[in-house]
Amino acid sequence: MNPSRSIGSWLRDHPRLLERAYRITEWIFVRIGSWIERIGYKKVEPWIRPVEEWTKKIVFDCRMCGQCVLHATGMTCPMTCPKNLRNGPCGGVRENGHCEVIPDMRCIWVEAYERSLDMPFYGHEMSYLQPPVNRQLEGRSAWITLLSEEDRPMTTGWVDVSEINIRSR
Amino acid sequence: MLNLQSNQKEYISGSRLEHVLRAGRFAVTAELNPPDSSDPQKVYDAALVLSQVCDGINATDASGANCHMSSVAICALLTRAGYEPVMQVSCRDRNRIAIQGDVLGAAAMGVRNVLCLTGDDTSVGDQPQAKRVFDMDSIHLLYTIKTMRDKGRFLSGREISEPPRLFLGAASNPFVPPYDWRPLRLAKKIQAGANFIQTQFCFDLVRFQKFMAQVRDLGLDKKVFILVGVGPLRSERAAEFMRTKVPGVVIPDEIVERLRKTQNTKKQIEGKSICIEIIQQVKEIKGVSGVHVMAYRQEELVAEIIEEAGLLPRPRQPDVHNPDPFKRKRKWER
Repeated sequence: MNPSRSIGSWLRDHPRLLERAYRITEWIFVRIGSWIERIGYKKVEPWIRPVEEWTKKIVFDCRMCGQCVLHATGMTCPMTCPKNLRNGPCGGVRENGHCEVIPDMRCIWVEAYERSLDMPFYGHEMSYLQPPVNRQLEGRSAWITLLSEEDRPMTTGWVDVSEINIRSR
Repeated sequence: MLNLQSNQKEYISGSRLEHVLRAGRFAVTAELNPPDSSDPQKVYDAALVLSQVCDGINATDASGANCHMSSVAICALLTRAGYEPVMQVSCRDRNRIAIQGDVLGAAAMGVRNVLCLTGDDTSVGDQPQAKRVFDMDSIHLLYTIKTMRDKGRFLSGREISEPPRLFLGAASNPFVPPYDWRPLRLAKKIQAGANFIQTQFCFDLVRFQKFMAQVRDLGLDKKVFILVGVGPLRSERAAEFMRTKVPGVVIPDEIVERLRKTQNTKKQIEGKSICIEIIQQVKEIKGVSGVHVMAYRQEELVAEIIEEAGLLPRPRQPDVHNPDPFKRKRKWER
């Protein structure tokens, strides 16, 4: 068995650890964000991208969509879903919790839900609405797009979740 | 007259289905099996029967990833003949540009109900070699159409001079894992704009009752109309096929066993009576606003099922609340 894969799956089953690692990474990037901005995002990205890709590939089987929402999806990469769903499981999940498309794989959203229950800080973000994927950011470093705010919904048609009120029928 | 107009303002789309649901009547929708033919007569023949017994006819969008006449085309035929379609839109085959264009076109033809789906994967259909698109998911789709309707804008922010008036639907499948999250996902869909819900085939009543209890606890039954998916089974072999080959369909062993024990000649009648029993039981559950009848390759049974379940007569068309369903609201009225 591939050792890097087994490390990844062990880590993914310990979302509490990953959540802490996520918070540390976020803390570091918020600190160094202004430095990176001063140097220029375009200059820094070629150095950061390989590091990000390597670590996230091992831990999350990352697909480099360039707009990371891991903390809001139970530290499970939603792009590993064959349908690329960003807002939860489709209705095709099998009774045993496996994927409709790949019968041998557990549905990543079933796993994400189980993991989110073990995440004290970001677990509740599972119920947030995620905007559609910006396909222009594919292959970019999500850490840089987060700092440069390029990962925010570009389209004005998509309003921030906080603006939505559930209307009574 | 004034009263009627102020009343009309409350309606989102003015569709017949919306009128029936808002009037508090138990709604019935049914699925039209799309033909593998270029002959429109097959659509008209099916619609003639269905329109008498239901409030909305679902035009499927290549369900099960099998190629059939498209849902937009079926809706064009149905609206032309004065029927009330529910246009199903799936994200499997088209990207956001194509879908927004189709929705606008459908609204122009008189479509008032749209059901937003993620769609079954290409691998379960007749052409598994095809590329799967999934540019958006069902929640993105709901929110996109809601933005088009309420804000009069495309996803890009570009303005739509005459926004479509649509009653938005979504699907829900309470019968597959993660069970505890399914009601919360329903809440997400409501947040994204769903006005009504059509569920997957309901055979497992115990599971459905649990789901509805959670839905009521969250207060979601007050925010959305839930139509329960039901349908007849032809035989135990058809049941076995559906639960193994059709994604997301769960059929408990008791039902398969009950069909197996029945005589060969009476299996179809037994399947029908199971369906009627389920309708009568879900009707009693608090928070259920209607049923959605899906009878794959057994369309002739739909009318019998609805009649024998005691759901006839349907509210008359044209609706008294909406004497002119095609009348457009002026800009200042919106």
